[in-house]
Amino acid sequence: MTDVLVKVGFLALAALNGAIIFTIMDVKGASWMQRRPGPLHVGLRGFIFPLAEILKFVQKEDIIPTEVDRPVFKWAPAYVMVSCVALFAVVPMSPTLVVADLELGVFFALAISSLGTIGVLTAGWSSANKYSLMGGLRAAGQLIAYELPLILAVVGVVIQAETMSLVGIVEKQIEWGVPFVVGGQIVGFLIFMVAATAEMMRVPFDMPIGESELTMGFMTEYSGIRFLIFYISEYMNMFILCAIASTLFLGGYHVPLLPTEWVNFYGPVVLLTKTAILGFILVAVRWSQPRFREDQLQNLAWKILIPASLINILVTAVMKVGF
Amino acid sequence: MVNTLDPQNLNNFSEASVSVEIETEDMTLNIGPQHPSTHGVLRLVAKVDGEKVHDVKPVLGYMHRGYEKLAEVRSYPQITTLVNRIDWVAGFSNEIPFIAGAERLMEIEVPERAKHIRLILTEMARISSHFVFNGAYALEVGALTPIFYAMEDRERVLDLIESVTGGRFHPNFNRIGGVKPAAGSGPTTKKDIQDLPAGFYRDTKVAMQKVIEAADQFQNLIGGNEVFKKRTKNVGILTAETAEAFGVSGPILRASGVKSDLRTQTDYLPYDQFEYDIPVGENGDCYDRWDVRVKEMVESAKIVLQAIDSIPSGPLQAKVPKVIKVPKGRTYVRAENPKGEMGYYIVSDGGLGPYRLKVRTASFSNISILPLLLEGALLPDLIAIMGSLDFVLGDVDR
Repeated sequence: MTDVLVKVGFLALAALNGAIIFTIMDVKGASWMQRRPGPLHVGLRGFIFPLAEILKFVQKEDIIPTEVDRPVFKWAPAYVMVSCVALFAVVPMSPTLVVADLELGVFFALAISSLGTIGVLTAGWSSANKYSLMGGLRAAGQLIAYELPLILAVVGVVIQAETMSLVGIVEKQIEWGVPFVVGGQIVGFLIFMVAATAEMMRVPFDMPIGESELTMGFMTEYSGIRFLIFYISEYMNMFILCAIASTLFLGGYHVPLLPTEWVNFYGPVVLLTKTAILGFILVAVRWSQPRFREDQLQNLAWKILIPASLINILVTAVMKVGF
Repeated sequence: MVNTLDPQNLNNFSEASVSVEIETEDMTLNIGPQHPSTHGVLRLVAKVDGEKVHDVKPVLGYMHRGYEKLAEVRSYPQITTLVNRIDWVAGFSNEIPFIAGAERLMEIEVPERAKHIRLILTEMARISSHFVFNGAYALEVGALTPIFYAMEDRERVLDLIESVTGGRFHPNFNRIGGVKPAAGSGPTTKKDIQDLPAGFYRDTKVAMQKVIEAADQFQNLIGGNEVFKKRTKNVGILTAETAEAFGVSGPILRASGVKSDLRTQTDYLPYDQFEYDIPVGENGDCYDRWDVRVKEMVESAKIVLQAIDSIPSGPLQAKVPKVIKVPKGRTYVRAENPKGEMGYYIVSDGGLGPYRLKVRTASFSNISILPLLLEGALLPDLIAIMGSLDFVLGDVDR
């Protein structure tokens, strides 16, 4: 029992910390690119900024409009949060520092990551707001379009590693000597990152939020702590998808040439560094790109990403069998 | 042939066609008056089917302040304060046609120097207006960063306007017969040095150079962005004929390929002394409308650079009576404002204020094209098209 509690506590802490690190990174990236003094200079060189933001949301009134479907409206943020936190369970920081090394780790991760969309969809539906509804439906459409390339991109890795366990995949990359992104999965990696960006609803695929079109999309009616949960979940999702991408494609907790005996010591640092680098790319993209249109996103998914990932699987399989 | 839907043939119902499309009701989406992308309090009642917009009705009047009526009970010098607030993004340019109209009725010849100062400040107002458009338009298609750069660059221009007039948005600087005399400098004739602040020429040169650089940066970073091109090219195409039929003017009309610019067609300010291009678009889509404005910023900066080099010395004001009474008559003066053609129809009965003042604003005519352009567009395109028209609600409702 204590074992489980410790693990759950670790998950919650890790998720929260990951979210806060990425929030800091995002606002600092933004202020750096946009010459905004707030998060760069104010209050301990701007590091206090996310704390202030969280405090602001906590002390705000949690307004629930009268026309909403109350239970659904209240529980929707929880879905989103839970799906993000649960993902932290399978990401290995080192061979032993992992909450659950599942045999079907990849499968679990991809299945759980789609759960959040249920939260988004219910939030949009229950808000009794047309903008929210459109945001929720856009999120659903986006999920269908992007879950497929996300899964198909990972299939290449699974074929190459011959296992679905995330620890197993990293061990295979150590055995190979180079991460999969160098060893043949570069296309898969790019597809994964694009699909993951759409999955976490960040620019240029942030149509479900689309503040200039849908005011705030599915979050329009939320305020106070419930809005904060959505907000934090976005960064949790970003953190964990970057961590999964670095595990699957970038060699996870190991860097070539480092001695594998000490992997338990440097493993977490290496993984966090890789995650942060991927996160930084997402931050840079967010603050420098406009938003795609909904139909352009669907075109990109169905006409480019899915065929490309299918070809990627084919080539990987041929290479695997042939050589 | 058997009519399968006839009740008499119901036993043949299995033969009935099943390819009946499911009729769904359109959703009425109320965009505005409070919405981040409506530039204030414009309200659009849109009939949407999913993402597709079937029908749009703009609802105006939320910002109606009755300036035309207010002008009837004010004297001519007081009205410049009002007209400043019509298009507040380019406050200075609103004053020009009104003052020019009053001067035409009074048959006053404005000194060259005053005309040049007016011209410089009008072009600065145009630049600052286009800066706001650039930032806001990028925001509307989803890019959050450019607005910070646009606002920062605009600040330099606003500082210059402020240094001359004392006001950033509402300068209230024009007087009938010239421009406002510098503070504490006595009667209407004064030395060269007193009217424009020290260092104005130098600062302007620097600032205009920065404007040209900024426009270049916009062309590269926004105009060169693939996503931006995808969002704006071939979106909201406005043909020249339609634009002219709807009374559309300004950069929107020029983006549709019509080389029409009141700066060259009328003589309300001495534009004929300077060399500049009139940028014209090809397709009349959102990208062209954006592109024309960015190019116009550069041209305006060039005009200002030429004007500060060639500004003549002399008095700031013509001789005008102490109490300004405009002789009986009527006139219409129009000017090329950042948003398009702005005109004042002044009817004077010889009193202290106009008997009737009709304001023709660019934004009002420009957004009359909205229902036509938005028919059949997608919801994200609705925002992109609306943004590309660059209207200000004060300019629409007055």
